[in-house]
Amino acid sequence: MRSSKSVKKNIQWDKYMVYLIFISVFIVFAIVLGDKGFLNKNNIINILRQTAMISIMAVAGTFVMAAGQIDLTVGAIAAMTAMFVSLILQSTNSIILAILVGIGFGCIVGFFNGVLVTKFGLPAFLATMGMMQIVRGSAMWITDTSAVPIRNETFCKVFGIGNVAGVPVLILWTAFFYIAGIIVFNKTPFGRHTLATGGNETAAQYSGVNTTKIKTAVFMMSGVFAAFAGILYAGRLQAGRYSYGEGDEMSVIAAVVLGGTSMAGGTGSVIGALFGSVLMGMINNALILANLSSAQQTIVKGIIIVLAVAMSNIVQKKNKR
Amino acid sequence: MSDYALEMRRIEKSFAVPVLKGVDFAVKKGEVHALVGGNGAGKSTLMKIMTGVYSKDAGEIFIDGKTAVINNIHDANRYGIAMIFQELSLIQTMTVAENIFLGDEVTKNGVRDTAYMNRRSKEVLSSLGINVEPNTIVGTLSVGMSQMVEIAKAIAKEAKILVLDEPTASLSDSETEHLFRLIAELKSKGVSMIYISHRMNEILKVADSITILRDGLIAHTDQIENMDLNSIIMHMLKNKEGKKFDWVERDYDEQAPDLLTVEHLKVNDSIADISFSLKPGEILGFAGLMGSGRTEILETLFGRRRMLDGVVKLSGKKISLNNTKDAINAGFALIPEDRRKQGLVLIHTVKENAILPRVTRLCRKKLFVDEKQANEMVENNVKELNIITDNIHKRINLLSGGNQQKVVLAKWLNMKPEIIMLDEPTAGVDIGAKAEIIDLIRKLANEKKGVLFVSSELTELMAVCDRIIVLYDGRITGSLSRRELKAEEELQHAIQQKC
Repeated sequence: MRSSKSVKKNIQWDKYMVYLIFISVFIVFAIVLGDKGFLNKNNIINILRQTAMISIMAVAGTFVMAAGQIDLTVGAIAAMTAMFVSLILQSTNSIILAILVGIGFGCIVGFFNGVLVTKFGLPAFLATMGMMQIVRGSAMWITDTSAVPIRNETFCKVFGIGNVAGVPVLILWTAFFYIAGIIVFNKTPFGRHTLATGGNETAAQYSGVNTTKIKTAVFMMSGVFAAFAGILYAGRLQAGRYSYGEGDEMSVIAAVVLGGTSMAGGTGSVIGALFGSVLMGMINNALILANLSSAQQTIVKGIIIVLAVAMSNIVQKKNKR
Repeated sequence: MSDYALEMRRIEKSFAVPVLKGVDFAVKKGEVHALVGGNGAGKSTLMKIMTGVYSKDAGEIFIDGKTAVINNIHDANRYGIAMIFQELSLIQTMTVAENIFLGDEVTKNGVRDTAYMNRRSKEVLSSLGINVEPNTIVGTLSVGMSQMVEIAKAIAKEAKILVLDEPTASLSDSETEHLFRLIAELKSKGVSMIYISHRMNEILKVADSITILRDGLIAHTDQIENMDLNSIIMHMLKNKEGKKFDWVERDYDEQAPDLLTVEHLKVNDSIADISFSLKPGEILGFAGLMGSGRTEILETLFGRRRMLDGVVKLSGKKISLNNTKDAINAGFALIPEDRRKQGLVLIHTVKENAILPRVTRLCRKKLFVDEKQANEMVENNVKELNIITDNIHKRINLLSGGNQQKVVLAKWLNMKPEIIMLDEPTAGVDIGAKAEIIDLIRKLANEKKGVLFVSSELTELMAVCDRIIVLYDGRITGSLSRRELKAEEELQHAIQQKC
């Protein structure tokens, strides 16, 4: 018979930390900034809309980090995809072609990342850092840094500014990717193999898991999700610009880690990443509502991230007894 | 001054059960003292007490005739005791000199005095006859050379007592010769060495005296010239107590067609020309010293290493084993040597570990993992293998070694393999679980599975195997039928012989 004490011990607090932090931060902001419109329905929807791209990239980011890898190319892929999409729409006006090229591009970059890591043995951090610069540079180069407007209204509605039954499409896309991500992560053999690869690559190999394939697959997935985020950037801002997604790779990592995924791999929570991403969006929003200067905002954001990650780490360490 | 560099008197230590029951162990100045004993005799516990890894329950330690208090590794180092580990503890990316001075860097005006350290390293190295430049990166050195650098490092720190644990296990013949010359050199400088090995021929060659441990007691201690292979083995095994695993006479169809045929398997230059066959229901053991190639053979059959040459046939049909997946699909299972590194994902649960190889086949509509079926399967494993755990969702690193090993077994039994390969399956497992694992091996064989069984514990091999293949330095040197094998001594003899 187990006592209630041992049951308590079995609860993994690190898993739930993000929700606790999320709720506490939300309550604090609701009290402090309630009269400034923080709790306003439009404001809440705004937060979700603004974080959609980071949230979507964080779905794949969870897979990448659960497999013990890291992907810094996502922001650059989003920018380059937006450039491709806007240029193709400008010249052919074919939405399908634009989407295919955009997604295909993300897929290829992800594949290269995977090959660099698995075949050439580069550390993921360096491989993707190099690729990030190649891709970002190409995005600047392709139009010599000028923006490309998108005049296809259907495209902008479906991928950026439209609503379905009063719900912004960006939120719907986010929901779609989360549902898909959660199912794949928790229900398929691929999800299990990803976790095993990050948890103990040697043991995974001894169990017949092709860890080379898994690692390549998570990078490709990350590329595809980033490309889709780029499509959403293009749709929402009705243009392609090389500067989209700058710094998003760091926000994605922060969201994933806040969500309870260990940087060492082997654990992960897709829904946690959503809370991590929205948490950061919420902080952003609140700091603007609080009339902080952008310098102050940046500092406060940094402090909150450090505190949140430190808190879940402390709890994690305690768990390890 | 005492004649002894080190004296340990009436050392006692228990881990739930007594491991050392009052051991007296003394090493003279400038001698090579061999320490031998079967697995579990207490050698490593005694050495860990000496080097400060464990604390003793009772007894006294004297260094140079004076009482010594050794509570941690730093204390041991202060008394001049250094352990040369099997897994070398040098930093691969640093130079020889940097490794030798690691933690004791010499500075001049606040910066490292590289010139001095290189010069001093060179002095130490050449005084020991080790021919390596101090600015060489350690990672580029051979295993044998790294080991000598490690010894030089200890000497540079003025170690007076070196513990060498199976130092020749991964060395080539010429490297071994080189090491022996170094040992002679150290001896002439008055350094005492404790030489732990299962290789009796080496001990007879290099040691001055010998202490044989058995069941936590000194079985015998003597000058080496009074001993020979027979007498050492006799003292190691005489009246050995503890739980005996008796041989259960069992039958299998010896005329049946081969389940597995391996012909002239070549793993690498030193492990080659391995041929054997396995019948359904047969338990075939592999005996040999560390580094004799047992693990490598199993890993090659499991697709973990590339097969350079040879043919593997399953029920008479030639198969290719390019990767682990091929091997698994062909019906092989491997319970690997290192449970923690190769067998389990320690941060995952019992269930996740037990279903890992099978997870792709546990799918509903070929897409989603059928959690219900998975849970039932693992619940069943827990019941059948008597795995002690609160529930199947407990993290595996919270289970005992024996129960962890049972999960590794469960994970492979779930694959319904035809050929089960076990590499030291009872290492670090308590006696109860050990007996259960041995029973399980017998049961599997009775179900007409083929079993390949590697173990350093000869008692175990004697208990379950129908036939035992003896390996020495990567070659098969004998094949013994269990019926004809009368005593463990015979097997112990066999694994010591080059041909």
